[in-house]
Amino acid sequence: MNPSRSDFRVCTEFSYEKRPVRHGYNMRTLKVELGGAVFTEKPVPAEMKQKFVGGKGFGLRLLWDAVNPSTKWNDPENAIVIAMGPLCGNTNYPGSGKSLVVSLSPMTDIPIDSNVGGYFGPYLKFSGWDALELTGKADRDIIVYIDGDEGRVQILEVPEGLESDTHILAYKLTCAFATSEDDRQHVAVVSAGRGAEHTPLGLLNFSLYDRRRGGCRVKQAGRGGIGTVFRDKKIKALVCRFSGLTNDENNAADPATVQRLGLKLHREIQKNDNGQSKMRRQGTAHLMEVMNDYDLLPVQNHRFGSDPRGPELASWVWEKYFTQGLPDGCWYGCTLACAHAVDQFELKTGPYRGQKVCVDGPEYETAAGCGSNLAIWDPEGVLEINFYCDTYGIDTISFGTITGFLMECWEYGILNEVRTGGISLEWGDWRSACELLHQMAEGRGFGMIASRGTKYLTQYFAANFGADPRLMKDIALQGKGLEQSQYISKESLAQQGGYYLTNKGPQHDEAWLIFMDMVNNQIPGFEDKAEALHYFPMFRTWFGLQGLCKLPWNDIEPADNAKWPEANKVPEHVQNYCEMYTAITGEPLSKEELIRQSERVYNFQRVFNLRMGHGRREDDYPPYRAMGPVTEKEYLSREERYDRQLKEKMGLEPTSMPLPEKMAATRKWREKQYESLVDAVYKRRGWTMDGVPKLDHLAEIGMDLPELCDVAGKYQ
Amino acid sequence: MIKYLATSDEKCKGCMTCTSVCTRLYFKGDNPAQSSILVNPAGNAPEAGVTGASGVASSAGATFHLVACDQECRRCEKECPTQAISRGKSGAILIEKKKCVGCLACVSVCPIGAMRWYPGMKFPFKCVACGACAVACPTQALELKTKEETP
Repeated sequence: MNPSRSDFRVCTEFSYEKRPVRHGYNMRTLKVELGGAVFTEKPVPAEMKQKFVGGKGFGLRLLWDAVNPSTKWNDPENAIVIAMGPLCGNTNYPGSGKSLVVSLSPMTDIPIDSNVGGYFGPYLKFSGWDALELTGKADRDIIVYIDGDEGRVQILEVPEGLESDTHILAYKLTCAFATSEDDRQHVAVVSAGRGAEHTPLGLLNFSLYDRRRGGCRVKQAGRGGIGTVFRDKKIKALVCRFSGLTNDENNAADPATVQRLGLKLHREIQKNDNGQSKMRRQGTAHLMEVMNDYDLLPVQNHRFGSDPRGPELASWVWEKYFTQGLPDGCWYGCTLACAHAVDQFELKTGPYRGQKVCVDGPEYETAAGCGSNLAIWDPEGVLEINFYCDTYGIDTISFGTITGFLMECWEYGILNEVRTGGISLEWGDWRSACELLHQMAEGRGFGMIASRGTKYLTQYFAANFGADPRLMKDIALQGKGLEQSQYISKESLAQQGGYYLTNKGPQHDEAWLIFMDMVNNQIPGFEDKAEALHYFPMFRTWFGLQGLCKLPWNDIEPADNAKWPEANKVPEHVQNYCEMYTAITGEPLSKEELIRQSERVYNFQRVFNLRMGHGRREDDYPPYRAMGPVTEKEYLSREERYDRQLKEKMGLEPTSMPLPEKMAATRKWREKQYESLVDAVYKRRGWTMDGVPKLDHLAEIGMDLPELCDVAGKYQ
Repeated sequence: MIKYLATSDEKCKGCMTCTSVCTRLYFKGDNPAQSSILVNPAGNAPEAGVTGASGVASSAGATFHLVACDQECRRCEKECPTQAISRGKSGAILIEKKKCVGCLACVSVCPIGAMRWYPGMKFPFKCVACGACAVACPTQALELKTKEETP
C-alpha cells in the first residue's frame, strides 16, 4: 500500500506555542507518555542547562528521572530520549546534525547512548524542542508525528498493512507526510525494522531525503538495542516535518563567526581531504587497508589483525561501488560528506531478492565486522548484509561480532548443522550469514538464539553444547553485554582501556588510542595512558553534548597540524569548537571548561550505571581475545612478536619454554598490565579503586547532586 | 546558451566603478566586499581554498585581475545539498534563496572565488551576468557575452 496523509487516523494531539530557538536552545523538552497518550511540555531548568549542557547530557538527565533502580529495558517507565544539543543544526560547520539517543539497553541493562545523523534531530530542535522523551507503551502500533510548521504533535494510528522494514517504511512515510515532491526534504523519519521486533539488537534508522537520488537515506543509532525498546513501545515510526530551515535557525549570538568557522573548515576539507582521509570519496571505509597493514583489522572473530586477502575489501574497491560526486552529507553543510551509498545494488537473498536497492554504506565498522571478521572477502556479500541489517533495524557491529563468534564455534565443532538447524557457518560463507540474519529478523530458528548476543551465547553453548566455559568467555568479544566494535585491541593496552573502561560498553567512540599507543609510542607509561584515557573520552563526549559529529575533528586536519604541540588533539580544531560554542550560545568556553562539561556528564553516567547495579571494577574487564592470543594458532601466527615480548618485557627465555607455558606467561603478564592500567585510569578520573566516582571528585566538578551522592556514597 | 561576463584584465584601470554598480544594484550600498565582480591586484591568487584551479594568473602586463563567475564550471551546483543552485532561464547560474540553507559549501568549492559571502548575510551571492557593470565600465574591460556549454 502507498498511504496518504489521511490514512493515518489521529488518536490524540497536542498543540504548542511556537517559539524561535535562542542561542542554540529552546529551553524546553517534550515528553510523550504513550500508554495514556499524555503530552507534557517540560521547561529546562537553568541548572540542567549548566550541568548537562544538551544532547546526551539532557538525555541521561531525563532518563534518570524517568526510571528507578529496578527498571528493566522493557518496563513502561524506560524512556527513549532523543536530544540534540546547542550546536546541533547549524548549517555552517561540517558535522553539526547529530542526535543523541539514550535508553536503558536490552543488551546491557544500563544506559546506552548512540550518536546519529539524519534530519530528524535538527528538525525536531527547530520545531521547538531540545529533546523528545518517549515513555510508556502504546496498545497498538502508532506513529508520533511532530509538525514543526504548525506547532502540533499527534499520535497516529498505523494503517493496516504498512511495512516495518525501513527502506520501504521511511520512504512511504516521507511521501505521505510531504505536501509535494519538493517538500520531501523537509520530512524526517525514525524507524526500526522487523529485526527490532524479534531481537535485542534493534537499532533506529534516522532518515534524510536525498533529492538527487529521489529516495530516503538512513543513518543508524546502532548500538545497544534502542530499536528494540522502540518497537516494544509499539512505536512504528517518528515523523517530523519542518520546512523553514534557514542558515541561522539557532539564532546564534554571533552568526558571522559561525559562518567564518564553517567556511574555514569547508575550505580545509576541499583542500586536504583528498590527500588525507578521502572521506569525500570513500567515507570511513578508507580505513580498511590501513587497519590491515597495521595488523588491526579484525579477521576471524578478532583472532588476527590482517589477512593477505584484506585488499579485496580495501577502500579503492568501495570507491568503485560508491556513486561518486554527490554531496553525501548526513546534514546540510557537511562537506566532509562521508555518508556514501551504493546505488542499484541487486539483492541475491531474502525477501527482496532480485530487487535493486540503494545500500547506505558500508562504513568501516560494517566492512570490517561483517567482512574481514567473518572472512567474507566478497564485497557484494558485505553489501547484502549491510542492506538487510539496516532495513531490518539490526546493528551491523553486534551482528558482525556475534557471527564471528559463531563461525569460530563452528570451526571448533561446538556448532554443527544439527545445532544451527541447517545453517553452515563456515568462515566466509556470506549466504549463510545472510540466512542467519533473515532468521533473526523473522524471529525464527537458530537466528533467534544467536540474536541474544555473545554474552548469552557463552552460557548457552556451555550449558547446552558442552562448550568449554573458559574458551567461550575468552572468545566472546563483549563487555557489559555489548559486542565490541571492530578494531583489534590485543596489542594496545591503552585501547583495551579505550574499549572496556567505557560507560556503555566496548565502542570506539570514547577513545581510539591504538596509533598513539602502539604505532607512535606517544603514551608509554601507565600514567600517560591514563591521561589519554581521561582526556580523549572526555573530549569525545563533548560532541555528544553538542549534537556534533566526531569525524570533522580529526578525520580532516589542518595542513600544518603536525607542527603544533599535542598534535593528536588537533589544537586548531579544538579552538574552532570553543569559538563556535561561544558564537552560538554567547557563553565563553575554554578548552579546559570544554573537558569539564563532559566530565560532569561522564561521571553522571557512571553513577547511573551504579544505580542500575553495574558500573564497578568487575564490569570493566575485557574478554581475553581483546587482550592477547587465546589459541595456539593465534600465538603461532605472531610468534616472533610474542616471543620477543617474553624476552624483553617479562625477562623470560622463550626458546626453553613449551608453547602452553609461553602462552600462560603472556596472559598472566597482560592481565596484570591491564590491572595496573585500570588503577591508573581510575585514579586519574577521580574514582575509587572499585571504579566509583569519589564524593570529593563529584564536588570538585560541580556534580555533588544529592541523588548522585546518595548512590555513589554507598560504594565509597 | 550561457550568458557570462567576459573580463579583460589589461583594460582595467581599477576605478572600481563596476563594484559600485554591482553593490548598489544588489545591496543598496557601495562596498566592494559585497560585489559579485572582484577587482583583485594582479598576480594574486583569489581567496579560494582550492589548488590547481583556473583563474589564478592575470594577463601579462595587467595591474588588476577581474574575477566573476564563468557560469560554466558548475562545481557549486554539484556541491549544493539542497539543489538551490541551477542554471536559470537567462543562461546564468543562479541561487534560489527559498531553497538555500546558507551552508556556504558552494563558496568553498568555487575554484576562482567567484561565489561570494559576506559576514552575517543569510545567503551567498554571485555574478548573475546582468551586465550592469559592463555597461558602466569606462574602459570596456567588462563585456556581457554568450557561449555554448561545453559538454
